[in-house]
Amino acid sequence: MLELLGYYNYWVFAVLLMVGLYAVITRGNLIKKLLGLSIFQSAVFLMYITMDKVAGGTAPILQPDLPDQIYSNPLPQVLILTAIVVGVSTTALGLALVVRIRETYGTVEEAEIYEQDARG
Amino acid sequence: MDNLLAQLPALQVVVPFLTVPLVMLLKPRGFAWLAATATSVVCFAIAIAMTSAILQGAPLTYAMGGWPAPFGIALAVDAFSALLLLVITGASTLTLIGARASIDSQITDARQPLFYAAWLLALTGLSGIVVTADAFNIFVFMEISSLASYVLISGGPDRRALPSVFKYLVMGTIGATFYLIGVGLVYMMTGTLNLADMEARVHEVGDQSPILVAAGFITVGLALKAAVFPLHAWLPNAYTFAPHAVTAFLAACATKVALYVLIRFDFLVFQPNLVGHDTQFAYFLMPLAVLAIVVASAVALFERNLKRLLAYSSVAQIGYIMLGASLVNDAGLTASVVHIFNHALAKGALFLTVMALAMRFGDVSLDQLAGAARRAPWTMAAFVVAALSLIGVPGTAGFISKWYLVMAALDEGWLAIPLIATIAAGSLLAVAYVWRIIECTYFAPADGTEPTGHVPPLVTGVVLIAATANVYFGIFTALPTTLAAEAALALQEALP
Repeated sequence: MLELLGYYNYWVFAVLLMVGLYAVITRGNLIKKLLGLSIFQSAVFLMYITMDKVAGGTAPILQPDLPDQIYSNPLPQVLILTAIVVGVSTTALGLALVVRIRETYGTVEEAEIYEQDARG
Repeated sequence: MDNLLAQLPALQVVVPFLTVPLVMLLKPRGFAWLAATATSVVCFAIAIAMTSAILQGAPLTYAMGGWPAPFGIALAVDAFSALLLLVITGASTLTLIGARASIDSQITDARQPLFYAAWLLALTGLSGIVVTADAFNIFVFMEISSLASYVLISGGPDRRALPSVFKYLVMGTIGATFYLIGVGLVYMMTGTLNLADMEARVHEVGDQSPILVAAGFITVGLALKAAVFPLHAWLPNAYTFAPHAVTAFLAACATKVALYVLIRFDFLVFQPNLVGHDTQFAYFLMPLAVLAIVVASAVALFERNLKRLLAYSSVAQIGYIMLGASLVNDAGLTASVVHIFNHALAKGALFLTVMALAMRFGDVSLDQLAGAARRAPWTMAAFVVAALSLIGVPGTAGFISKWYLVMAALDEGWLAIPLIATIAAGSLLAVAYVWRIIECTYFAPADGTEPTGHVPPLVTGVVLIAATANVYFGIFTALPTTLAAEAALALQEALP
């Protein structure tokens, strides 16, 4: 039981991932879809951040006077910094698209957009 | 000269990337196009130079910033990547040369520099995916190319492109995020991001279950990006409503690059290391490939819009590529890689002719194109040649890959019968939907009004070159088949 609780971060990761995916699939409002997509991506950020943590580790700055010091792994943090940038750009582009959809269709509801297209 | 050759893998990415800001600043009419086309030609030349080096037996590697793999990011170009590079840069170059008039008519002057900048970013991303040997780097380049493609597709005058791109953005991001989760899990267990290093270290992992989960996430994520049936929902609309030139470029290479990553990652990292992965891979992808061929071809049969019809046919052709890979053997992989090349030739040529037809007739619904062959005989002749290649008629490139695929299927014992039946059914359906187009354009009476559009000779020339390439590679098959055989061998080496 305690072992399962120890994976706390990974549980949050899985739950966030599913919350995000659920929102993307079920919501008809394009803004809400994008919110879901952002949550979905943030879940992965959490996974990367969690796995670089070393028990008792400190920030990865070399300290010559402490040769036995344990450091956290900096690489996943650097990776996820890149992924965060990618996520931000995707959200920005998505929002720009929503703005243009709103300008041309006058709505951000998926159903109404398809209805307008079906009418031609 | 040798010095320059060693730098080429990096230049393949750096050249288009550094031209992007320049192109954005070129406001005067035509300059942005000229700069983008010139860059694309240089990229094509780099790809050709690297291919000829590889054909002489020297795979190219490059350590970014002088940091050796597995600590630094390594670039590696082998036969498989060289083939893809030829497809990507070739498609970009040929389309750009012919597309200026079409882009002028579809994109406003003020936005053109940005449009060409996005085009070069897409080219950068697609080439980057193919040259890199680092799993995370693939993700970054994949997102560069995807974000640029979203911009390109939504740039056209048709407002229906916007919801289509939104759908593509959502599905593409989910696919990329799945890939990211998979890479994270593998990194967690092996501590490396270099693909070759991963292969060596996955052996040493005690508990294989995270690797198995990673294999699932990566396969599904990349299948989404590659529009493997039934994850193709974004593709038909995105291709239909995009500017015609963009469709010609992306249809030739965007999905193929995702398939490249799928095949490479799976065969290099997972196949040799996971117990029973070959059968799981085959059981998962083979039925999907068969369904893609049959269902998507059948849907294409009923489409009235030429672009959407060809988009569904693309979904079916991706099925052929997956079918070859899902056989998990040498012959199947060779067929798969050859088909990546040949389908890019056929579909690129077809969408280029669609671009020319759209300029002449304004719209590409089959009703609008009635009797088109009498008004645009050369363009339609090119269309017919490319369509024959799509069907797989002997003498065209498409025949070669179908031949390889049938040969690969024949080795499969009892499975050969349903597989060959599927390939035959897919080809017959292709005959049927191509015939509908030919019947409409060659034999239907044209309505009285003369179309107003004008097609510059340059566009017709490009279309004819693309069609000729389909015949050329149907007769002189050495280049794609040699590269594909080498690629399949390299992918196979890892197999137990």
